[in-house]
Amino acid sequence: MSAAPIELPRWADYVLVPALAVAAAFVIAGLVVLAIGENPLESTAILLRGALATGEGVGFTLYYATNFIFTGLAVAVAFHAGLFNIGGEGQATLGGLGAALVCLQFESLPGWLLVPLGALSAAAFGALWALVPGYLQAKRGSHIVITTIMFNMLASALLVYLLVNVMGRPGSMSPETRTFVPAAHVPFLHEILARFGVVIPTTPLNGSFVLALAAAFGVWLLIWRTRLGYAIRTVGANPSAAVYAGISISRITMIAMMISGGLAGLLAVNEIMGVQDRLLLEFTGGYGFIGIAVALMGRSHPVGIVLASLLFGVLYQGGTELAFDKPAITRDMIVTISGLVILFAGALDGVFRAPLGRFFASRRRGDA
Amino acid sequence: MRTMIMGLAAAIALGGTALAQGQAIKPAIVYDLGGKFDKSFNEGVYTGAEQFKKDTGVEYRDFELQNDAQREQTLRRFARDGFSPIVAVGFSQASALEKVAKEFPNSKFTLIDMVVDAPNVQSIVFKEHEGSFLVGLLAAKASKTGKVGFVGGMDIPLIRKFACGYVQGVKYANASAEVLQNMTGTTGAAWNDPVKGAELAKAQIDRGADVIYHAAGGTGIGVLRATADAGKLGIGVDSNQNMLHPGKVLTSMLKRVDVATIDSFKAAKDGTWKPGVTVLGLKENGVAWALDDNNKSLITPDMKAAADKAAADIVSGAVKVHDYMSDQKCP
Repeated sequence: MSAAPIELPRWADYVLVPALAVAAAFVIAGLVVLAIGENPLESTAILLRGALATGEGVGFTLYYATNFIFTGLAVAVAFHAGLFNIGGEGQATLGGLGAALVCLQFESLPGWLLVPLGALSAAAFGALWALVPGYLQAKRGSHIVITTIMFNMLASALLVYLLVNVMGRPGSMSPETRTFVPAAHVPFLHEILARFGVVIPTTPLNGSFVLALAAAFGVWLLIWRTRLGYAIRTVGANPSAAVYAGISISRITMIAMMISGGLAGLLAVNEIMGVQDRLLLEFTGGYGFIGIAVALMGRSHPVGIVLASLLFGVLYQGGTELAFDKPAITRDMIVTISGLVILFAGALDGVFRAPLGRFFASRRRGDA
Repeated sequence: MRTMIMGLAAAIALGGTALAQGQAIKPAIVYDLGGKFDKSFNEGVYTGAEQFKKDTGVEYRDFELQNDAQREQTLRRFARDGFSPIVAVGFSQASALEKVAKEFPNSKFTLIDMVVDAPNVQSIVFKEHEGSFLVGLLAAKASKTGKVGFVGGMDIPLIRKFACGYVQGVKYANASAEVLQNMTGTTGAAWNDPVKGAELAKAQIDRGADVIYHAAGGTGIGVLRATADAGKLGIGVDSNQNMLHPGKVLTSMLKRVDVATIDSFKAAKDGTWKPGVTVLGLKENGVAWALDDNNKSLITPDMKAAADKAAADIVSGAVKVHDYMSDQKCP
């Protein structure tokens, strides 16, 4: 990750550095809030209360977190192979297309079959969309950052074309498909609990959250407990050593990109099959890009990614409440606050890492 | 029992008077993803709401969406907090509004640009093709090369509806005229890419177009700048954009979302708010073309007469403007 690795105790690396980054982001954001004449402490309270104090808030927070877990894991898997997959948006877009094609085509299937099929199709479409840049990187040396960005544009163009000319509902103003059959719907948590007589507020939180946690566990298994995961990490850590060990870099590159794209594609299960029940434009809403920050913050470890996703879920949901209760704080302010968190967690990581490294080093010397 | 009936009667009477005076309204607005200050569609609603606030002193609340999931959340939140009428801006709000309107049968909802059939929803749609027809006619009359241009934002049915009406207007005035058409892009960014808008306009000018109409939100700012810089004429959209480059903007196709907003709020205040579909075309002054000091010199009496006559013919039904949305085709 960084050119000169700074030795930190594990707990400091995984907990202290991200915590400091978030704290710093909140302090700066607080100053901005102060500058526009609002009370930062009160605003922080509204933000946290809005995200965590009510059933509805928690539901929305976890719903957002579901998206971030998928895209964060996608970035992380590619990252372990030394690849920077910025194409989460495009891969998720294609995932949506895959899910929609299955849900619209096989309407007569029962739900227990249709939902997994839709999810598989979403993952497969995302994976194939990521395979092309993966192939170009592996065989042609086209840089993955450039190609994945370009593939985001291509995915978006493809979706507009299909929704406007082919798949769209005739006579509808907005470019979107018809609503899926109820069997294709991933049940909301409030629907599931209602069956057992438990009433909770209506939120978009649905079964995909469980899928996201399962995916996080799966990624952990893959990266740290399988031969393939070992090969991926080896390629990422030292490509020359990987070649020396008989690992085919181009093969691993393509496989890692496919897994990454498949994870990003699963975002569509949450958005398309869980919440919208139809395919529409721009449902990816930038989650693919936030996934990069989530993976950086979570140190590309599934546990870290789930925690970072929760943090961003809190920012999104709490931010909505904040914009609601404080008309002076617009949605652009909320973007600024999330942007600061990304800045400190991602780009300015070294700001805390370097002094902390010196601090711990001097302590170690003191101990010795 | 008797006291209960009396109480009920009193409650109804009280409720009735409150309705008749109808002063305690708490209006709210949910803008679409474009945001409150998009210089065009959403901003029209904002302008209308501000005007209403100035006229009546009634405060309103508003919210700018950031993603699709917030649509339902925001509408529900406003409804739960007792806001009414709640104006939802943009066709994308329809499915969320349909759900929330059912949950809160006592709240009033006004939807702009799309129709939702529910007993507490007022839907306001515009005949953009009629307004586009008139500016197309003016463009053809103002063009010296016989070639005019159209720059759309994102390639969606709504924008094709603008383009289709425009082409019909051009051909109505000059059957041999040629219309060059471009869409800016395929993502939401297409609504806010003035640089690309300017490039498309320049390309059309190079191919001979000397009047260019845009229906592209913020992208259109670049279209108007490019036409003004090249000494050609642009045509604005949604809000009156004549003043952006005085003397260089032939006219603007006005979509009176501001009037629609004020009317909806006023009706709620006076207790005359009614659900159902309102279609605002030329006849209802819902669409129009702008004539003011900035473009007075560009519109010859002959052009004005032709446009006025066409407008009258459309209102009377003598001239029919085909609506792209009716069959997804443009003649």
